[in-house]
Amino acid sequence: MSSRRDFLKEAATGAVILGAQGKLGIAALAGKGADKGKSKVVIARDPALHGADGKLDEKRVGELLDRAIASYTGRTKPADAWKHIVAKGGGQDKVIGLKTNGLGGKGISTHAVLVFAIAERLQQAGVKPGNILVWDRNERDLKACGLAINMDPSRMRCFGSDVSGFEDQVETFGSSKARFSKILTRECAMVINVPILKDHSMSGVTFAMKNMYGVVERPMDLHATGCNPGVADLNAFPVIREKIKITIGDAMSSVYEGGPMFRPEYLWYPNSLIVGEDRVAIDQTAWGILEKKRAEMGLKTLDAAGRPPRYIATAADSAHGLGINDPGRIKVVEV
Amino acid sequence: MTRSRRWLFAVVSVVMFGLLVNTGCKKSKGDPFPASGTVAGWEKSSDTRVFAAKDLWQYIDGDSEQYIQAGVVSTSTSDYKYQGKLEAVVDVYTMGAPDGARTILQKGQTKDSKSVKVGDEGLQFAQSVNFRKGRYLVRIVAYESSATTPEALLALANGVEANL
Repeated sequence: MSSRRDFLKEAATGAVILGAQGKLGIAALAGKGADKGKSKVVIARDPALHGADGKLDEKRVGELLDRAIASYTGRTKPADAWKHIVAKGGGQDKVIGLKTNGLGGKGISTHAVLVFAIAERLQQAGVKPGNILVWDRNERDLKACGLAINMDPSRMRCFGSDVSGFEDQVETFGSSKARFSKILTRECAMVINVPILKDHSMSGVTFAMKNMYGVVERPMDLHATGCNPGVADLNAFPVIREKIKITIGDAMSSVYEGGPMFRPEYLWYPNSLIVGEDRVAIDQTAWGILEKKRAEMGLKTLDAAGRPPRYIATAADSAHGLGINDPGRIKVVEV
Repeated sequence: MTRSRRWLFAVVSVVMFGLLVNTGCKKSKGDPFPASGTVAGWEKSSDTRVFAAKDLWQYIDGDSEQYIQAGVVSTSTSDYKYQGKLEAVVDVYTMGAPDGARTILQKGQTKDSKSVKVGDEGLQFAQSVNFRKGRYLVRIVAYESSATTPEALLALANGVEANL
């Protein structure tokens, strides 16, 4: 556990920052120096997370999560950090959703062990098990993550929009139309976004913002022109903009090509969690990670491959105002 | 209808039926998914799900676009288990024409792929086998890699191919 040491190091070097975080300002803030006005993104890595045989050492995931959250919040005790997050999100008595991503199938979905680790810490922060709701599009996607359906409110709940249904009302933002899952609109006071990093055959990158395609009835209607402006429009709907408070991105394993489905020939292990409130800054950072791996493997850039994630810049424009995509204004903290 | 006309109608019908069976309208032999035990060690562990082209996004999200552009008509999928441990998924994409299957298969070719004799053209990776036969494109993906995975996947691929 190196979180305290790392936190002090960050503070000394100005890495603990004030800036354009989400509205809540969960991140540790300092408010001085060159980092003022920047968005903070924490990348927590554990090179030993996957063994040589490709097996995930699940016992290490909780420690990695604690390190990421400690660095992001500036609170070295996990219970304090999570109480802070919960309080900022509305309090212990509210329903907190964990939006996973199981679309890619069993080999490339949000890892259940990460979901359980987050849920355990939420409970330590005083959230009742039944007020934690793990959700995705449907039962199949949740099972792909290794999760089991549970409607019993005395335990952590887990079910999909196939159970809750969607609102009748069609909402509009720009050229995009959507009907939202009732889990988002009616059940959750706040949502922790738990996507998995992947290449995407249309949008280039799928991670924080693209995961919101799993909260609407017909995501296919938002896929035109490389999902741009679809991804940005969708995240700009008030119900998403306001309820998604923080992203704890699963980059423990990923596919750098052939996504969003599981392509074992392109599987790799970044062994990381990526945490932040600024969804645009997170996706911009994730894009860089994906491009670095593609270059290592001798693949074209996403731009050269004809699928740059243009929606990231769109999300940062004045019409959407979802966050920062300028790398010079993103403070990436690696722990 | 006179007797000679009836004969002529019957003969033409039989000839037309024969042409249909042996030319472009060739049908598959039925369910492409081998039943449990048909291929040694493999059991079919889920029901078959079928998606029309317009609904393919429900299964593979934006990845559906490349299949639609290649002329996919429908897609069926089922899970399998090998010796009760190794899990895999078999996807059978029925394209409008063989060219569509060829296009998708060739897009997936990499320096790590190895040619294998399955169907008209097959590619094998450590954890997957992809092949095409006529207008069918088949993708078999295992969720784990072990020393026996490639051989087991190839056997399953041959089992599927025999049903197409």
